[in-house]
Amino acid sequence: MTDPTKRKHGDASDGALHLGSPLARVDGDRKVRGEAAYALDAAPAGLAHGVLVRGTIGAGTVLSVDAASARQSPGVLMVFTPFDTPVLGAPDSFLDGTPGEGPFHVFPASILHWGQAVAAVIAETRQQAETAAALLRIDYAPGDVVPSILSKDAGPGVPVGAVDIDRGDAEAALAGSVFRVEATYETPREYHVPIEPHGAVAWWEGDRLTVREPSQWIDAMARTYAGWFGIPFENVRLISHFVGGGFGSKVTAMTHGAVAALAARELGRPVKVAVTRAQNFTAHGGRAATRQTLRLGADADGRLKAIVQDGESETSVFVPFVEQLNAATSVMYDVPNLRSRQRLVHVNTVTPAHMRAPGKHPSAFGLESAIDELAHLAGIDPVELRLRNEAGFNPQTGQPWSSRRLREALVEGARRFGWKDRPAAPRSMRDADGAFLGWGVAAGLFPALDHFGEAGLRVDADGSIEVLSAGIDMGTGTYTILAQAAADALGVLPGDVTVRLGDSELPSGPLAGNSLLAGVMTGLVHKAAAAMRETIIGLALTEQGSPFRGSELNTLDITRGRIHPTLDEGRAVPIADLLKAIGRDRIERIEDNFPAGTSAQERHRIMTTVAGLRPPDGGVSSVASWCAHFVEVKVDEDFGTVRVRRVVSGFDCGRLYNPHLAASQFRGGIVMGIGQALLEGGRVDPRDGRIVNDNLGDYLIPTNADIPDIEVFSVGEPDFRAAPMGGKPVGEIGIVGVAPAICNAVFHATGQRIRRLPLDIAALLSTN
Amino acid sequence: MRPFEFTRAESAADAMRLAGDGATIIAGGTNLLDLMKLEVMAPQALVDINRLDLGDIDEAEGGGLRIGALVRNSDLAADRRVRDAYPMLAEALLAGASGQLRNKATTGGNLLQRTRCYYYYDTAMPCNKREPGSGCQAIGGITRLHALFGASEHCIATHPSDMAVALRALDARVEIQSQDGVTRMLPLGDFYRLPGDTPHIETVLVPGDLITAVLLPAPAGARQTYRKVRDRASYAFALVSVAGVLDVEDGRIVRPALAFGGVGHMPWRNPEVEALLEGEAPSVDLFAEAAARLVAEAEPQGGNAFKIPLLRRTLQAVLRELTEA
Ligand SMILES: Cc1cc2nc3c(=O)[nH]c(=O)nc-3n(C[C@H](O)[C@H](O)[C@H](O)COP(=O)(O)OP(=O)(O)OC[C@H]3O[C@@H](n4cnc5c(N)ncnc54)[C@H](O)[C@@H]3O)c2cc1C
Ligand code: SF4
Repeated sequence: MTDPTKRKHGDASDGALHLGSPLARVDGDRKVRGEAAYALDAAPAGLAHGVLVRGTIGAGTVLSVDAASARQSPGVLMVFTPFDTPVLGAPDSFLDGTPGEGPFHVFPASILHWGQAVAAVIAETRQQAETAAALLRIDYAPGDVVPSILSKDAGPGVPVGAVDIDRGDAEAALAGSVFRVEATYETPREYHVPIEPHGAVAWWEGDRLTVREPSQWIDAMARTYAGWFGIPFENVRLISHFVGGGFGSKVTAMTHGAVAALAARELGRPVKVAVTRAQNFTAHGGRAATRQTLRLGADADGRLKAIVQDGESETSVFVPFVEQLNAATSVMYDVPNLRSRQRLVHVNTVTPAHMRAPGKHPSAFGLESAIDELAHLAGIDPVELRLRNEAGFNPQTGQPWSSRRLREALVEGARRFGWKDRPAAPRSMRDADGAFLGWGVAAGLFPALDHFGEAGLRVDADGSIEVLSAGIDMGTGTYTILAQAAADALGVLPGDVTVRLGDSELPSGPLAGNSLLAGVMTGLVHKAAAAMRETIIGLALTEQGSPFRGSELNTLDITRGRIHPTLDEGRAVPIADLLKAIGRDRIERIEDNFPAGTSAQERHRIMTTVAGLRPPDGGVSSVASWCAHFVEVKVDEDFGTVRVRRVVSGFDCGRLYNPHLAASQFRGGIVMGIGQALLEGGRVDPRDGRIVNDNLGDYLIPTNADIPDIEVFSVGEPDFRAAPMGGKPVGEIGIVGVAPAICNAVFHATGQRIRRLPLDIAALLSTN
Repeated sequence: MRPFEFTRAESAADAMRLAGDGATIIAGGTNLLDLMKLEVMAPQALVDINRLDLGDIDEAEGGGLRIGALVRNSDLAADRRVRDAYPMLAEALLAGASGQLRNKATTGGNLLQRTRCYYYYDTAMPCNKREPGSGCQAIGGITRLHALFGASEHCIATHPSDMAVALRALDARVEIQSQDGVTRMLPLGDFYRLPGDTPHIETVLVPGDLITAVLLPAPAGARQTYRKVRDRASYAFALVSVAGVLDVEDGRIVRPALAFGGVGHMPWRNPEVEALLEGEAPSVDLFAEAAARLVAEAEPQGGNAFKIPLLRRTLQAVLRELTEA
């Protein structure tokens, strides 16, 4: 095996100049100065303000709303209730192949979960709207509430079926195994809590609607607005220049946007609806709570023979959302026999949603904890056990991996961490002050998806170069890597390129989800910039007025924005000068990755619904990112406190388009993983299903003081089956496996196995 | 937030008159403004006391300190005299909130900060503290933050301050001026009230009263510590905390004073526990006995039962720390 430390990983090893280099983010300056305008910064003239009003029962019916005094309150312009809000139209189905969701009742009278929006008040100012909202008298007929998956009356749930797996004969293989472990693992409801809360500013010009709203998928959201208001897709302009974090919560249009657009239409003026922090816990779902029982069987050498999984995840009473519990279980290790079942437990909650590494996180929490239990039982080092079970090909589909360098991540991670000095027995390491120390490891993965899209490139007479896409940047670095991609292909510097994103008037962009946007867009921008380069060179060689015309050269080169004969930079002409010389104001190119002959109608469908999501590499190989986390914890048994002291994590995400930004994503994911392990979780009132900790004081996420030094490194190599420019998913994988690594470290420190997250003080105190 | 009138008081008399007429006093505003934004409190008028001359820390006769009500938490924690003679108070202050908040928060406001009970913050919920007579939604709900001691069937909330726990162990007194010109000095145990059937009345203050200072007596003991246990490493309220001060003379514990945070409607003290320790030689058994005595009368609410072992262990750890070497 090659020594992973001696290789060049994920950098510009294919000769690219800019893509792969650690350029600082190009929008950083504007953000630090407060000049980056987020959606709710928009303040068009005549702006009115709306507030949403939440219901205060967990289930039942709104019988009446007395809005008389609210309507008379100063500044009030409109009140919407379940009984006087126009029903909106039905967008075409988002989930391809299933029936459309039907007309949209903005405020249904039937209440399905605590905090469901039941009314809205629009007034001249936000304060006036809030004051009036408090005057609404809402009469309910409460119904029976099933607050959560933990409630006694939640029932066993209904089988999902579609995600079942039967590989070999798992029960028989388990029965014949030398080592067997069985345990149940639980994860709580988690919430996205992006620092930029949700909200929308909407206005109409005739039958054209403009909405400024943070969005992870401009075109899909625009489609919903078009359907709601019965206007052509082209008549909706959705603008989302900057997004202050999404984590999966900003993919679809929601009630607040509907209210803003509806009120704007009725009032004939712009309306802003800002969703409060507390409302962000009920206006859209977070990650579903899960519970899974795993049984693992292995032979005397620790080789996995069987996995049997029985899991449940929570969903609302009205939508069967699946948090897929075998996302990691089914592909992580080479196990010939596997049986997996999942049930959905319907409870009175807002419908859960995708949240950073959906399925992958809870799946890995169960599997990677169970693997550690197996390693302990079998007396095999947990790194070694994982290496013995490495899967040479995708054990679920039989496909070859496009690349899988988990082994390298484990081996190199162990070396950097100093894993060889780890005593095997729990409770054998102590800090100077007597507190226990523990070391844990866990692996993670993130399967890739691909999407379609377009990229525009524009060169103006003044020489300015623009990249154009409706794709967005949610703080991850799209602006930066697209400037890098364009610079390489065109022969200019990244600083010469202006990237314009997040506007539905721009060429159609892919979903910013499933960590796929960077891979799709770098490929498209590269393609468009390369085409632009060809166009410019062609014009330079042939156009009337060009200094190169008739020079009998068969090609030209472009370096740092200057056109010149190959191997002769002495006779260089800036792009702007060429355009002037040949009398052109602007050159534009749009490139896409649609299959040849795709109709306009089909393009619309695949760009605005999940119909366009597909496996990369035409499904020939199986594409995923891989990681391994090594963690040191310190446990003070007196107080049940766990502090993470050190994290070393290795990643195989193929080529990194910008290692600096990728490292930020890895670290951010690990920080979030530390929160998942130790702090995060919705606290559900057992009587009415209310989330009582619906604010950032009580919904705990890590502070700086909770975060130790985090060392991240890349073992990836360019993987051109994964994406045109060789990268694999980066944004989400960082959190996968962090929580089990921490729980495994806590076991090593204390001998106590924590199987329910978060591992808070109460958890550790109640077991010792 | 509801509209309100705003007046800057130029004198204590001014402030007391306006407050007596129904205005709410605002000092640092770090608690009051949050509550107003959530409409948990909706005062019609605010009187700003920040211009009053209450911002100094002076040496008092007999060796103590007189801390003006407007001394900021940051300044109090950084004061050399406090750090030397009352290190536990500085520790408690620095364990609270964040740097930005401590720069604004005042000594008087800190004493009067309201509970962090989830249900108190949600105006849609019944809460006797927010709306007398409406009921207590916390009982039977999520009670992780709630009291072990001194609660009633009307309210099980805790007082969230760290500073006040240290002050209670240090036998501090609150100086209160009334509109009628009378000045009172009350130890914290007499200043705060248990919830009983009037949980909305948290102290003996009446409208028009102004806290002008906190008086610290000469330090009782050289050995002091403040131990706060919380979910995350910073920026979280105490699940439980223990403020302890004592001396060890001839191998025996003398003048122990212990106060407990996160467990009662006021910073909690238990004279029996202190009496049990007084004059005894430190030992693991003694500490265990003291801890057992402390939690003997604890009344858990379900979700806060974990605080009983936690409090026991925290007290034992603090006693170990204070009596070592
Ligand atoms: C995010 C956050 C985290 C926090 N974490 C902690 C923590 O970990 N530990 C902790 O102890 N505290 C914590 N706090 C609370 C903080 O300590 C208090 O908000 C602060 O001490 C209040 O002081 P203030 O001067 O801002 O009071 P204000 O908000 O101005 O006033 C509070 C109350 O006191 C009254 N008042 C103020 N001064 C006087 C006076 N002189 N006479 C009579 N009445 C008066 C006011 O009328 C009001 O009712 C936290 C606060 C926040 C917002
Ligand atoms: S415990 Fe006290 S503050 Fe909390 S809901 Fe009950 S009465 Fe209100």
